[in-house]
Amino acid sequence: MLEIKNLYAGIDGNEILKGINLTVRKGEIHAIMGPNGSGKSTLAKVLSGHPAYQVTKGEVLYEGKSLLEMPPDERAREGVFMAFQYPIEVPGVSNAQFLRLAYNEKRKHLGEEELDPLEFKDLLRERAKVVEMDASFMSRSVNEGFSGGEKKRNEILQMAVLEPRLAILDETDSGLDIDALRIVAGGVNQLHNSENAVILVTHYQRLLDYIVPQFVHVLANGRIAKEGGKELALELEQKGYDWLKTTAPENGVVGAQTN
Amino acid sequence: MMATETARQENSYQEAFRALQETQSDPHVSWLARLRENAMARFEELGFPSVKDEEWKYTNVAPIARAAFAPRLVAAAAGSSDAEKLASFSVVEAETSQLVFVNGLLRDDLSALTALPREVVALDLSQAIADERYSEIVRRHLAREADYVAHGFIALNTAFISGGAFVYIPQGVVLTTPIHLLFISEGNQTASFPRVLVVAEANCSATLIESYVSTHDDTYFTNAVVEIVLEEGARLEHYKVQRESAEAFHVATTVADLGANSSYDSTAITFGAALSRHDINVTMDHEGAECWVDGLYLVTSTQHTDTHSVIDHRKPHCTSHQLYKGILDGKSRAVFNGKIFVRHDAQKTDAMQTNKNLLLSNEARVDTKPQLEILADDVKCAHGAAVGQIDEDELFYLETRGLHYDLARNLLTYGFAEEVIGKIKIESIRAQLDEAVLNRLNARLEA
Repeated sequence: MLEIKNLYAGIDGNEILKGINLTVRKGEIHAIMGPNGSGKSTLAKVLSGHPAYQVTKGEVLYEGKSLLEMPPDERAREGVFMAFQYPIEVPGVSNAQFLRLAYNEKRKHLGEEELDPLEFKDLLRERAKVVEMDASFMSRSVNEGFSGGEKKRNEILQMAVLEPRLAILDETDSGLDIDALRIVAGGVNQLHNSENAVILVTHYQRLLDYIVPQFVHVLANGRIAKEGGKELALELEQKGYDWLKTTAPENGVVGAQTN
Repeated sequence: MMATETARQENSYQEAFRALQETQSDPHVSWLARLRENAMARFEELGFPSVKDEEWKYTNVAPIARAAFAPRLVAAAAGSSDAEKLASFSVVEAETSQLVFVNGLLRDDLSALTALPREVVALDLSQAIADERYSEIVRRHLAREADYVAHGFIALNTAFISGGAFVYIPQGVVLTTPIHLLFISEGNQTASFPRVLVVAEANCSATLIESYVSTHDDTYFTNAVVEIVLEEGARLEHYKVQRESAEAFHVATTVADLGANSSYDSTAITFGAALSRHDINVTMDHEGAECWVDGLYLVTSTQHTDTHSVIDHRKPHCTSHQLYKGILDGKSRAVFNGKIFVRHDAQKTDAMQTNKNLLLSNEARVDTKPQLEILADDVKCAHGAAVGQIDEDELFYLETRGLHYDLARNLLTYGFAEEVIGKIKIESIRAQLDEAVLNRLNARLEA
């Protein structure tokens, strides 16, 4: 589904990603971990097409097509979704209005019939159950005045409506209390199936207790320093990121891909 | 050269003025004839304002002075206003509580007032003056707050007071049906002088809609003056919706005098006209009054719009809220000048003023000047102005949800306008404005 090949990228002339290689197949859940500044959020932003980041080398294939050549909106319509670490507030636009618009843009792209407001309302009510959101959130402006936890749930609601094939969750666990974390993780688990894939970008192992990845990749200094199964996250939790410095090769050269 | 041009124009208004004075020389209302006479004399002295006047620095009305606009002194014959178009201007909630004016003159055949309770008066201004039940009230308030001595446009409007609207809500009446004053302009080169007097007695409550439209893309001149008197505890919601022809000139003055513990909630929407100017002055000369003075201007192409507001806190414990938002595209230009005065006696004043502008093009321009002048020492006041473009982070966020760049931009622009449109309590107006904003943005989004 996704193939990242020798990806170099940065912002304002600073190189942050220095040769990332990663393959994600449908049905898989991958966790990307790493200390602050290791490049994990940059990777998420590059995959979603953030205009501030420049790719200097390498390529990314999504379903065999060059992802980097698509503008962000086309990536989304093709089924790539990113849950933001800091979801943006959009004053004056209701959640329901925004979600229907986004949903119909995707339907149009796929050559399907658009849903009218009433049809969409039913769909939205159904999908909102995934993150236990009540109807009052639908008439409020997108993320405006939402608590940190509500914003993250709203991200997963968008994911539930848009049904991406590839979902990238950027630090979705940050700032969540345990109840909100359980709801958000529960939502992701409900949405995950054998036809789609999830990339979890996270600093802490905590999220991975709830959403269990098959593969864990640890970034350090813009490269994948270590890879393994879910037990790698636990090992990291015990030993801390400093442990990488002693075990990872200095230049971060990684051998075979995990999959 | 300039001088002769100006003189010629004043002559053309004078001619119409003399005709008006001759046709309406009812001895019972000699005070009105005198008022018009004084106002015309004052207009001849003042003329139209020039850009040398600080209050008109950014708005050049020379095209109004140069053009040969002529007032219509006799109402157009029935049927001359396109009935189908008229229906599209109506507000569903006020279909049987509307006064319709064509070129400033009341058209009974297009108006309907059956939804209003008997004690509420919505009447042609000249009829009200001739009616002994109302003449004294009109005389007491007309031209009292709107200062024709100081302002050329007010002087010209006052010189041409004939028709117009008198709205009177007696003490304690709670009116749930909004009253709609619909001003339609028809025909090139017409000048119209809508004049409205609203008297809201103690503890009454009402909603007034004032809208300006045209049947064709004509070039014409609207010069409106609306005077509002709120007595103690009265509440008025006031919507001004300006959707004049793209070739029109629209100059309007709203003055509101707020009684003790009264509440005035004004929302002014500006979409139309080649050149428009709105002066809104709210005087809070009694304790405990509260006002909202909000607005939205959305202009494009080469449109020019100017809002000047004065909120005058003269007595203690008054609260004012002001939010004006502007959206500018093309080579349009907007001016916002908001003055808040907090006088010496006006302790415990709470005044808040915000003007935010969204520029959609590099060629649009806005001049904003919020001004706060505080002479009292125990007050809470804040003001601010902002001019910006579409937020890149918001844009990216919407794009990552599959919205095309243009659609995302339009949605954000719409959201910007919503803060003002969303407060409108009359559903059909809100829906109409939503649609108008979206049409302007060439977008199609429904709620």
